[in-house]
Amino acid sequence: MKLTVNGTAHEVDAPPDMPLLWVLRDLVGLTGTKFGCGMAQCGACTVHLDGTAMRSCVTPAAAAADKSVTTIEGLSADGSHPVQRAWAELDVVQCGYCQSGQIMSAAALLATNAKPTDADIDSALSGNLCRCGTYLRIRAAVHRAAELSKA
Amino acid sequence: MNDLSNASRRKFLKAGAVIGGGLVIAFTVPLVKRFSGGGEAAPTAPAAAPVANAFLRVGSDDSVTVLIAHSEMGQGIWTALPMLIAEELDADWSRVRVEHAPAAPVYAHTVFGMQMTGGSSSTWSEFERYRQAGATARALLVQAAAQQWGVAPADCRVENGVISSGSHSARFGELAEAANALPAPEKVALKDSKDWKLIGKATKRLDTPEKITGRAVFGMDVKFDGLLTAVVARPPVFGATVKSYDAAKAKALPGVRTVVQVPSGVAVVADHFWAAKQGRDALAVEWDLGPNAALDTAALKAEFQRLADTPGLAAAKAGDPAAALKQAARTLKADYHVPYLAHAPMEPLNATVKIGPDSCEIWAGTQFQTLDQMVAAQITGLKPEQVQIHTTFLGGGFGRRATPTSDFVSEAVHVAKAAGQPVKTVWTREDDVRGGYYRPAYLHRVQIGVDDKGMPSAWQHAVVGQSILVGTPMEPMMVKDGIDATSVEGVADSPYLKGIAAHRVDMHSPNTGIPVLWWRSVGHSHTAFVMEGLIDELALAAKQDPVAYRRALLKDHPRHLGALNLAAEKAGWGTPLPAGRARGIALHESFGSIVAQVAEVSVQDGQIRVHRVTCAVDCGIAVNPAGIVAQLESGVAFGLSAALHSRLDFQEGRVQQSNFHDYVVLRLGEMPQVDVHIVPSTEKPGGVGEPGTPPVAPAVANALAALTGKRLRELPLRLA
Repeated sequence: MKLTVNGTAHEVDAPPDMPLLWVLRDLVGLTGTKFGCGMAQCGACTVHLDGTAMRSCVTPAAAAADKSVTTIEGLSADGSHPVQRAWAELDVVQCGYCQSGQIMSAAALLATNAKPTDADIDSALSGNLCRCGTYLRIRAAVHRAAELSKA
Repeated sequence: MNDLSNASRRKFLKAGAVIGGGLVIAFTVPLVKRFSGGGEAAPTAPAAAPVANAFLRVGSDDSVTVLIAHSEMGQGIWTALPMLIAEELDADWSRVRVEHAPAAPVYAHTVFGMQMTGGSSSTWSEFERYRQAGATARALLVQAAAQQWGVAPADCRVENGVISSGSHSARFGELAEAANALPAPEKVALKDSKDWKLIGKATKRLDTPEKITGRAVFGMDVKFDGLLTAVVARPPVFGATVKSYDAAKAKALPGVRTVVQVPSGVAVVADHFWAAKQGRDALAVEWDLGPNAALDTAALKAEFQRLADTPGLAAAKAGDPAAALKQAARTLKADYHVPYLAHAPMEPLNATVKIGPDSCEIWAGTQFQTLDQMVAAQITGLKPEQVQIHTTFLGGGFGRRATPTSDFVSEAVHVAKAAGQPVKTVWTREDDVRGGYYRPAYLHRVQIGVDDKGMPSAWQHAVVGQSILVGTPMEPMMVKDGIDATSVEGVADSPYLKGIAAHRVDMHSPNTGIPVLWWRSVGHSHTAFVMEGLIDELALAAKQDPVAYRRALLKDHPRHLGALNLAAEKAGWGTPLPAGRARGIALHESFGSIVAQVAEVSVQDGQIRVHRVTCAVDCGIAVNPAGIVAQLESGVAFGLSAALHSRLDFQEGRVQQSNFHDYVVLRLGEMPQVDVHIVPSTEKPGGVGEPGTPPVAPAVANALAALTGKRLRELPLRLA
């Protein structure tokens, strides 16, 4: 199966029903995308498929063939994506496990909505759980990332 | 765990040494053990780090690498401990690097005697040791500079990793090698608090760059050539055992390498997680269900209620509460309930194990390195020092990664041993939710008598719920006369009870067969809800303002009053609110800190909405105010999940919930505004990881009582 991940083509030997999450983590070797629930309830596995945020834990690998997959490792080369800069500025992370998914959801939101309201953010990120409760800073950081994107 | 007497802490320590099978755990460790290759500490200092001890290395490249003896699980210890070292070292903060320390005796907790992270204790328990380590390294570097320049050490100044004297100046890295040749000073002076530059300064986390780019390595992310992955079929009922199993279908699946039985169940070992999970699902296991196959939450509740009316063990007593109740002007009788809860850290449990002929390497996000090391040694037949533990970042802990049985680590060791290959054992979310080690369910049955002014004059309190410590290796040290202090902390030592001449706290610790564990804030996670709910009930019954009522009861507790008053003031207590909103207050001491919270709530479409939580925290010296604010926000969110949503139920021995669709936790849209105010203090530091959690449920319940007139005495809170 052919997969394009972060701009690089990969040939992987995966059964077609194997979730993209495990293809990325265990076959491609990109572990920034996290396993949290396996049933699209927590958002830790969020990646972009042709720019759209998807839960990779329930996306069969076959559905990603011929599409462009972006993971947290490919969001920017050096952590300089506006969402990542905002996350650093507001000291968002705690344990950090959910943050790849949070950042990917936030980046996908900002790609289609340059100036989201609180309600837009709550709705777009309601599928991303954080047990450390960094939600307040996530919301503030999405607003900040929107500002940084304009600049 | 914070209120143990020193005596029992010492006992714990000795027993820790016994568990270790000869492993010596010193009560105090050498404050600075210079790198000598003696096997005492992290013998990993490369040539580029000539000044090295167990806690820090100064590299010839000017880097200062801090080895932290505690696990970073979100609480920010990756930043707070380096601050202590950098403060005394006068290091250049931008050159500070951090690593988890290996498992070794030198990293034992300065109070609990084994290497561990818990009890909101990392900062206060290391406050002396890490500063001493920094001050010692500084003294050596200064000595080296003074010798080179022919000046007195007292004539040298240190700033931002540069030592200077007159026209001389040198960076740490240039002096490190010379400093390493010097004998460590016996004694070093620590800075006066007025000279602190870093301690007390809001400082950003040092682990952010890795955690926003996907580079941070959690246990789940460990990988190396030849590593296999296992998923384990565990019993459907606690205590069940494997009767027989058929692995034919599992073994036929592509990618499955082997199927092995281990004490906890049957493990399918495969090339990757997906194959292992498919294999696990294809196993046919017959279980001998054992004694817990009829476990039922409703039946347990009835049993707890029966027990509450029988005499228990006295956890606190004064005067004659039965007689005082008879003389009371009025009485209040109330039952409070809380359910079993899973910790549900975002990273499901996992551990990676590689066993060699004379070594066992473990990669895990763990809170209990010493126990893991001992248990792994027992399973593999190796010596504890042959077991090497690589602590990764923890994708949340909340207590779940601190099991006295070392459950998830020991299981992974069994799997790797049985498979004869390096294996990462991974739990699914369902495995985690159904795998036990829960916050125990509790019933509190309380009778209170009040005088004609509505002030409490008699207090009779029964606490019914499982002991966390009984049956663990900690029992001999931490359970006294049958009383597990963690079951009654926050009640038996309540400042309210201290002021009531006639009181008694009875404890019942039924054994249900359900594995239980400390869950962020431990006993306080239920006792604050009960105590602060009851005090609020008394205030309303006395037609008094809840803040004024608490002030009267806490008049001899200045720190409690300080937090209470600050929270009330910052929340605008007593000022008008929009229609449909109300405030509630709660105040609770735990882990050496006092937190007061005011919750502002409304009910919308039958749903409880929490709009704002104003916190005041007195945690003594605030080492990193930024970290304290973050931990209070976090504690509120964690407590709100339990206040509004989470519960575990049992039917026919089986946990009814399984994943985040039915084990519900707080989501982004429900997060209130949280404002944190730190009480200025020069008292010794207290904990901050847990104390933010206990007050939020009662603050919300008290606000709802003010809003609706209805008193909710069960978590999660349900309006109907």
